[in-house]
Amino acid sequence: MQDGARIEYDYSIAKLFTFATILFGIIGLTLGVVLAFQLAFPELNHLAGEYGTFSRLRPLHTNGVAFGFTLSGIFATWYYVGQRVLKVSLKESPFLLAIGKLHFIVYFITILLAVVTLFAGITTSKEYAELEWPLDILIVVFWVLWGIGIFGLIGIRRERTLYISIWYYIACFIAVAMLHLFNSLEVPTMLVSGYGSWIHSVSMYAGSNDALVQWWYGHNAVAFVFTTPIIAMIYYFLPKESGQNVYSYKLSILAFWGLMFVYLWAGGHHLVYSTVPDWMQTMGSVMSVVLILPSWGSAINMLLTMKGEWQQLQTNTLIKFMVLASTFYMLSTIEGPIQSIKSVNAIAHFTDWIPGHVHDGVLGWVVFMIMAALFHMAPRMYGREIYSKSLLDTQFWLQTTGIVLYFTSMWIAGITQGMMWRAYDEYGSLVYSFIDTVTVLHPYYTIRAVGGLLYLIGFFMFAYNMYKTATAGRVLDKEPVNASPVAA
Amino acid sequence: MFHWFEQRPFFFSVLLFIFVAFAGIVEVIPDFAKQSRPTVGTKPYSLLELAGRHVYIKDSCNACHSQLIRPFKSETDRYGMYSLSGEYAYDRPFLWGSKRTGPDLMRVGNYRTTDWHENHMLEPASVVPGSIMPAYPHMFTNMADLDTAYAEAFTVKTVFNTPYDIDLDGDGKVDVELGDYETAIAKAKEEAKAIAADMKNQAVKDAVANGQVPQIVALIAYLNSLK
Repeated sequence: MQDGARIEYDYSIAKLFTFATILFGIIGLTLGVVLAFQLAFPELNHLAGEYGTFSRLRPLHTNGVAFGFTLSGIFATWYYVGQRVLKVSLKESPFLLAIGKLHFIVYFITILLAVVTLFAGITTSKEYAELEWPLDILIVVFWVLWGIGIFGLIGIRRERTLYISIWYYIACFIAVAMLHLFNSLEVPTMLVSGYGSWIHSVSMYAGSNDALVQWWYGHNAVAFVFTTPIIAMIYYFLPKESGQNVYSYKLSILAFWGLMFVYLWAGGHHLVYSTVPDWMQTMGSVMSVVLILPSWGSAINMLLTMKGEWQQLQTNTLIKFMVLASTFYMLSTIEGPIQSIKSVNAIAHFTDWIPGHVHDGVLGWVVFMIMAALFHMAPRMYGREIYSKSLLDTQFWLQTTGIVLYFTSMWIAGITQGMMWRAYDEYGSLVYSFIDTVTVLHPYYTIRAVGGLLYLIGFFMFAYNMYKTATAGRVLDKEPVNASPVAA
Repeated sequence: MFHWFEQRPFFFSVLLFIFVAFAGIVEVIPDFAKQSRPTVGTKPYSLLELAGRHVYIKDSCNACHSQLIRPFKSETDRYGMYSLSGEYAYDRPFLWGSKRTGPDLMRVGNYRTTDWHENHMLEPASVVPGSIMPAYPHMFTNMADLDTAYAEAFTVKTVFNTPYDIDLDGDGKVDVELGDYETAIAKAKEEAKAIAADMKNQAVKDAVANGQVPQIVALIAYLNSLK
């Protein structure tokens, strides 16, 4: 069955997750902009009592973007891509369709509860694993449901060989399951003692061990939420949209298995100069540098897919989104290893260069790729043309400007602060008090906030364009083969 | 060789799991027991301190303040002796943080007073001009959750053998007393009175006199214990 058009795919679940992606994207990014402005203008902390302070909103922002926006995007694209590359429709299995719907419901409830509990200050304090134990269990439930969906669909596939994208989705599923289970091991205190709050728990690990497990998890949540599923997307959507074959199969294999083997080691770079054993810190540093190879392997494979077809950058805005995403992936995966080198880490750690690094990765790579994927899916899911090309182009440039303002200001802020912390005068005394190193950052914090605001405006354009595409785009008489149709 | 796996999803997933899990097995598991051995003099948190730690976590103080002093002269000059693994032996969870928007707090008990913390939490810029920290006035009116703190202390004592009610240093006295629920709560309230004595806020003093423990009192007890 060579012609995908003959199978009638079911997009009901992909549409639900598309809605969730946009909703949580707006919430997560808006919170991010609020946080950025709070750092520049601290008075803004007091608009909503204890619920509006930076400290309460910060975990909401990270969870909103990582597990609200990004996971929704991963699930939306899975329920679209999975059927197509396995050549089987969800319609053929009422069971898998029901599991998929249940997956969405449990997922959505979990995220809503996450918002409520984090607002209330219920948190385990572990970064990107802040949710308390009842929510951890809900996460396991929807993750297992997704697993049934993945392997169920693979079980009834017509295409014998698993396409590259499927490898990466499976990697996301297996690795996140392992990381979440081990990092979230905790003992609910009420069950043991009979006193206190039922939602409170205490970590299974103490001190340095807890830190080790947390960063083994924390770094690799980046690997298996922000990296591998996004690579899955670009390996499907870039060849589809451009009509080009993936540049090299061998490079795909090398990059995939290399990434799987090396990525988990790199978590140690969060603990350089901490109290975990030296050899672990060194392994973390070294493996982070080795990680450049598989990361750039994938990125180069994507960019070379456009070989001989670069003129499409001028004609197709979605190609522009995807090429920019790959480029930012390369930037971010060279920046990370540089920060892992011990001497650089000594300056960069604890400074704004770190959020700068995270954000050029997430804004430039993850969000751009997910938006491009959803734009590609929209004409096929709704049978309509993308509503507006000018909106698409404006969004692209607005957001690109936003990212550049964000990461340049944070690089300068981070290195400035790192150098000021360690500055000594001629008599061997520290030159700056801590607050000196904070007030000097005000202009950079302001620039960052403006950059974030531009990006957010662009995201609203994306949301509006998607909404109009679904409701008012010109109806297509047949499914587009490659380039997605956009109204002039 | 990998091509074979691409047509066999089960074996593909098994191979993938081995690749992914390998690093964790080598990196995380060794030294696990050694890491958690306490340094001489490290004690578990008292009930009031634990309740304060919960306030610290609830308002995500760790989002902006680290508790990890790196072995650099610029850090030991600024904050004190660099961190040792065993000092964290009773920290569940660890609170090292990943970003210093404000200074490190690992040994803040050595150089800040109850009075300073009180002012700082109510109006940060009053003690540090230019501070961008939010104010936390709600900590003066919200009460600390001693019950949950007791639940946690009881749990770590029972499940992880955290040495409450034990003579750690061999001087014939129990170092950190927990006891049963009533004893523990009563003792925490006594400790709270000692903290409140150094505070100015009349409402807080009144509350403590009436047997209540505002969050600020517990939080200050915790911050004072960081040495």
